[in-house]
Amino acid sequence: MTIPLNDATQRPHVVLDRITKSYGGGSPILDDIGLTVRRGEFVSLVGPSGCGKSTLLKLIAGLTPLDSGAISVDGMTPANARETVSFIFQDATLLPWRTVSQNVGLALELERAPQEIRQQKVDALLKLVGLEHAAKSYPRQLSGGMKMRVSIARALSTRPSLLLLDEPFGALDEISRDRLNEELLRLKAEQGWTAIFVTHSVAEAVFLSSRVLVLAPHPGRIAKEIEIDLPYPRTAETRSLDAYEDLVALTGRTLRGVHGL
Amino acid sequence: MTMRRVLLRLLNAITLFALLLFLWQCIIWVFHLAPYVLPTPWAIARVVVQRFPALWSSLLTSAIAAGGGLLASIVVGVAIAMLFAQSRWLREMLLPYTILLQTVPIVAIAPLLLMWIGPGLFAVTLVAFIICLAPIIANTTQGLIGVDRNMVDLFTMHNATRAQILWKLRLPHALPALFTGIRIASGISVIGAITGDLFAGSATVGQGGLGYSITYALAQVQTDYLFALVFAATMLGFFFFFAVVFLEWCFLHHWHESVQTGDR
Ligand SMILES: Nc1ncnc2c1ncn2[C@@H]1O[C@H](COP(=O)(O)OP(=O)(O)OP(=O)(O)O)[C@@H](O)[C@H]1O
Ligand SMILES: [Mg+2]
Repeated sequence: MTIPLNDATQRPHVVLDRITKSYGGGSPILDDIGLTVRRGEFVSLVGPSGCGKSTLLKLIAGLTPLDSGAISVDGMTPANARETVSFIFQDATLLPWRTVSQNVGLALELERAPQEIRQQKVDALLKLVGLEHAAKSYPRQLSGGMKMRVSIARALSTRPSLLLLDEPFGALDEISRDRLNEELLRLKAEQGWTAIFVTHSVAEAVFLSSRVLVLAPHPGRIAKEIEIDLPYPRTAETRSLDAYEDLVALTGRTLRGVHGL
Repeated sequence: MTMRRVLLRLLNAITLFALLLFLWQCIIWVFHLAPYVLPTPWAIARVVVQRFPALWSSLLTSAIAAGGGLLASIVVGVAIAMLFAQSRWLREMLLPYTILLQTVPIVAIAPLLLMWIGPGLFAVTLVAFIICLAPIIANTTQGLIGVDRNMVDLFTMHNATRAQILWKLRLPHALPALFTGIRIASGISVIGAITGDLFAGSATVGQGGLGYSITYALAQVQTDYLFALVFAATMLGFFFFFAVVFLEWCFLHHWHESVQTGDR
């Protein structure tokens, strides 16, 4: 049996079906979470510290096992879907003994891409994130924002269709963060991947996302879904729209609600 | 400017050294010490020149034993640490034995080795090897398993094999710790070679190391030669230590902070 092409592209990208998770048989970290992410969506997760946001991303990446329920990514199990998924961590996770271009090339190297192709791709990626001039630098010589750009370039090197981002800009100042938010959306518009993004910043979540999920703690569950119906492409001007400010206020209120404030 | 500073620093060092020698000489004058209690610096310099071939041969023998033991301990120690890094179970079972390796009195082991394999360079090298092994294993294992969880996850996300995680992540990450281990081992390798030599060194003329020559000089009450031998042993330790520091700098200076700023 062959699946019609449009069927495959209209299939949801990520489906979480009533999943629960605890570590080592302790109290549940995540309880009965159901979530469907459409292809090309940008979904953000916000919620109090310790409510299980990172755990949720790790489950979707297949980096930690489920207790019950099921996760499908592109119709596959998370472990089998890994070739189409990239993970971006809060600390840029660069290898300090490698130069910037060697770091960007790491993922391709692990997948045994030939040297010439690798070099071409790395050069193109460095240009994409505006780091051509730093190709030969070592991570310790870079600012936080530059390190994050390297990390993004590395994540994009394998042409993923799904990007999992765990507070990637959490350690940056506001100006760098805004700049990188805009760049991230530009890259997404060019490459069309789906994104699941964890953040503590309500403004960032609203700016980037098509949908924001507010999680409540003990055990972690989805307390509220907020549709962000601001049109793409979004730019720096989007931040001065009334509709944007209203959504930030609404999301902020909801988040304070689950905090019990 | 910098050239002048280097010269100035050199001059300082030389002045201090000369001052120390002078103080030494003064002590001998003031207390009327006999040459067999404390020889003059001049007498030691003379004996170094006079007996240079014998001194050099002892030094070389000890250098080979210490260096050979150190190199072997690096190869074997890193291999064992790589094995330990593969499984927690193995580590928990075998790590206590490496601590045993560290606490076993080497002076008690040396006579045993002498009995089992006979005196000679090999037995002495083995003593140096045994006492170097523990710090290499302990430090390297720490470095190999101390990798950030997220780094391992990153490699897993890109379907890295166990071998790739070992060679491209764990080993480079362990390099600074390995060098710390080698630095510690380089100092004690000389101690091992000399201690080993006291017990298991070859008594054949021209084949004993510094330890053997020290016993010999002591028996003959050749205090000036004894001082020359101690001086040579110290120099050997110095040389090893700085050779390792230099290698460490070569390998790590472009990425590792501790080597960059010079403080540890
Ligand atoms: N490997 C682990 N083993 C045991 N417990 C863990 C592990 N990782 C996380 N936890 C626990 O699971 C809970 C959720 O952790 P998680 O890191 O997913 O939260 P988070 O929402 O990402 O928090 P933050 O916003 O601070 O990053 C916490 O109580 C944490 O202590
Ligand atoms: Mg987290």
